[in-house]
Amino acid sequence: MTSISRVDRIAALPETIVSDRLARRKLRNVQERLIEFVLFLAALVSVATTIGIVLILLKESYDFFQVISLWDFLTDTQWTPLFSDAHYGIRPLLAGTLVSSTVALLVAIPLGTIIAIYLSEFAPFAVREVAKPFLELLGGIPTIVYGYFALLFVTPLLQLIFPELPGFNLLSAGLVMGIMIIPYVSSVSEDAMRAVPMSLREGSYAMGATRFQTAIRVVTPAAFSGIAAAYILGISRAVGETMILAVAAGMQPNLTWNPMEPAATITAYIVQVALGDLPHGSIGYQTIFAAGLTLALMTLLFNVLGHLLRKRYRQAY
Amino acid sequence: MSEVSAAAAAPPVPVKKSESRSLSFHYGSFQALKSISMPIYEKKVTALIGPSGCGKSTYLRCFNRMHDLYPGNRYEGQIMLYPDNTNVLNPGVDPIEVRMRISMVFQKPNPFPKSIYENVAYGLRVRGERKRAMIDEKVEDALRGAALWDEVKGRLNELAFNLSGGQQQRLCIARALATEPEILLFDEPTSALDPIATASIEQLIAELKEKITILIVTHNMQQAARVSDYTAYMYIGELIEFDATDTIFIKPKNKQTEDYITGRFG
Amino acid sequence: MSDATAVKIRKIRALIVRHKRWDVIFGIIGVMSLMIGVLTFVALFLDMVIDGAPRLTWDFLTSFPSRKPGQAGILSAWVGSTMVMIVTAATAIPLGVGAGIYLEEYAPRNWVTDLIEINVTNLAGVPSIVYGLLALGLFVYQFGLGQSVLTAGLTLALLILPVIIVATREAIRSIPAAIREGAYALGATKWQTTAHHIIPYSMPGILTGVIIGLARAIGETAPIITVGALTFIAFLPEAPIKSEPPFVSFEWLMSGFTVMPIQMFNWTSRPEAAFQLNAAAAGVILLIMTLSMNALAIYVRYRLRKSIKW
Repeated sequence: MTSISRVDRIAALPETIVSDRLARRKLRNVQERLIEFVLFLAALVSVATTIGIVLILLKESYDFFQVISLWDFLTDTQWTPLFSDAHYGIRPLLAGTLVSSTVALLVAIPLGTIIAIYLSEFAPFAVREVAKPFLELLGGIPTIVYGYFALLFVTPLLQLIFPELPGFNLLSAGLVMGIMIIPYVSSVSEDAMRAVPMSLREGSYAMGATRFQTAIRVVTPAAFSGIAAAYILGISRAVGETMILAVAAGMQPNLTWNPMEPAATITAYIVQVALGDLPHGSIGYQTIFAAGLTLALMTLLFNVLGHLLRKRYRQAY
Repeated sequence: MSEVSAAAAAPPVPVKKSESRSLSFHYGSFQALKSISMPIYEKKVTALIGPSGCGKSTYLRCFNRMHDLYPGNRYEGQIMLYPDNTNVLNPGVDPIEVRMRISMVFQKPNPFPKSIYENVAYGLRVRGERKRAMIDEKVEDALRGAALWDEVKGRLNELAFNLSGGQQQRLCIARALATEPEILLFDEPTSALDPIATASIEQLIAELKEKITILIVTHNMQQAARVSDYTAYMYIGELIEFDATDTIFIKPKNKQTEDYITGRFG
Repeated sequence: MSDATAVKIRKIRALIVRHKRWDVIFGIIGVMSLMIGVLTFVALFLDMVIDGAPRLTWDFLTSFPSRKPGQAGILSAWVGSTMVMIVTAATAIPLGVGAGIYLEEYAPRNWVTDLIEINVTNLAGVPSIVYGLLALGLFVYQFGLGQSVLTAGLTLALLILPVIIVATREAIRSIPAAIREGAYALGATKWQTTAHHIIPYSMPGILTGVIIGLARAIGETAPIITVGALTFIAFLPEAPIKSEPPFVSFEWLMSGFTVMPIQMFNWTSRPEAAFQLNAAAAGVILLIMTLSMNALAIYVRYRLRKSIKW
């Protein structure tokens, strides 16, 4: 009797365990799949964001360009959408962006490159360990604080040298923006230089070169595409900067190539309109999207260029 | 008459270009070289052989103060350079000065991202040479000396990266030759190359020794036997035996040397 | 023979002296360039503190903005900033870390993955004001979320998403394959490996990214200004915790609001010098917050490098 029931029991046992396991595994598979799907959706948010940006810019700009011709937009020399005699030429805003960015880059590119070469090839370890976090902090200062600094410290300072300098001007804003961009240029350039293999440096030193000669004649040319990517990043950042210009350069569109004048950039204009109260759907409202589209296209171009250059230097080594 | 023929029959006494005296080297707390004393004879090829990790590259890199590039290293002893009796390892001697007299060719070809011409001209430019005509002449001489001139004379402005591995290494040799160094150091110059390129470099070394003193590190014993006049066998940081190549390979005095040569280990 | 060598050596030594001068000169130029950055930083910091510190009183922190500069305070601004940050963190952290995990652990090598990666890289370079336009057109009007805390929080979350995604990916990437293989060899599923091993080990790296992202979000003005953060807010959004059922309220999400950078911007734009002192005070608070958060992130990264040696 006992043997039969034992056999029965033993026969029954493995099945329960196996089918239990199978059931659990199926549930776990479903669970795994679900989790993967949720994570995938999270990753898709970035695609959705881009689509959102593209859609909204295109939609509002499309409405805008139904009323204003593209030709006028590109060639009119006045930007006065809120006046009764409204003009919609983007040139003054482009000029403001261009002039301020140029001033900024004249500061950021030389200083950023020199700092990168110095930190990568010359600086003792202790200096590097302090300078790099410091530069990171410099890049982390809120831009409104930089804007305040430009308006209320740099401008009065410059007015000591140039008494005719107006309170709002592109020069102060450009200079401060340049300092803000230095960390971007220097960190990407430095990464590119550190990626240059030691064997190239050894080859140079073995020829009797000094540290300076090696840094300038061998390492910097070898890191060229990375350094170019850094410059492009700087340009992109300068073109897209808003608050420093909104605060210190004034928000009056002004077609000028003279940095010692006040002017509005594309970004500052958008702020000015946002501060006001424009009815949704009005032409004035749509101008900020047209301006924004121009800005987005410009930065897109720079970003793509920078990306390609960075890929090149990563592949080279 | 017999005196004349006797004198003519005796081989010329080798002149020392350089020698190391009780040279020791420490990577941090690890001692990589243990009191090595060895002559380097002028216009001869001296080869350093030994199993992996015996310190032959470390020894070579002492000659042009390459170790100075990295922190935590320490030299002991001397490396004398003749005829001026300069101690290369003297802290008072600038490594740059040493490297202007002693050039190096590395294991993996490392041409600069420049044109072929500019690669060879680099040493000259670093020395402040500006006259175009002078540089042209020396570049051509160097490329001929490296047996590369015929292959590249039509494309001197092309990037050096476009050359094959063997050509790049010969370019690096030309680069090292352009400054007319007193000693040329080779750090396993053919280990990254195919057999044909290797053969051409070995032939080059045989030609070069007529004009310049050569010290070569090689992991390939047969290469040492083919190419060198003197050979040094090293083992775990020590110099086990130094002698004429023929002696080392046919009748070594030390049992350890014999074991290595006959392939019992390494 | 020795004469020729002696001459040669003399020439070489003279050459080296001349050339090494450039080493020194460039060293000086390098330090001076760094000094320009340091001087700017010091000048900026001191300028803010000298003008703003006197205004940092308890009253200032607990008063609403006012037409009279002496009575104006940043209560609504810092409460608004806090609320917006809560929304931003609650949105960006799960989405960013989730996306990072997906891209590193799950994503197959196909065009969809490439598309996502290109998007992340691209979005990192989009000017912040464009995010503001997205918020205005899409969140405020299209989705009807209005000019609210929720809109601002979502906008900033999208802005800092690339930062968190990249930080998460790099943190995960630094975990050696051996650890993963060890977990799988013991029979763990993908999610178990991820949850029990990958996420905990990449915590410090993820944390660094989150801190940097939030520090950025606190200081951002442009994306929110387009959302129409009003600058004269003399009220606080409804408190999230109430004393009567249901004890939790979400009214605050849809409320009008202001944030610290916008309050500072508003005061900076006023011609009266007294308002500019207020701006400086707000600036000091902003500076201290963002600098300490960035410093914290740097410290976390430093400790991470020191402690974890795979």
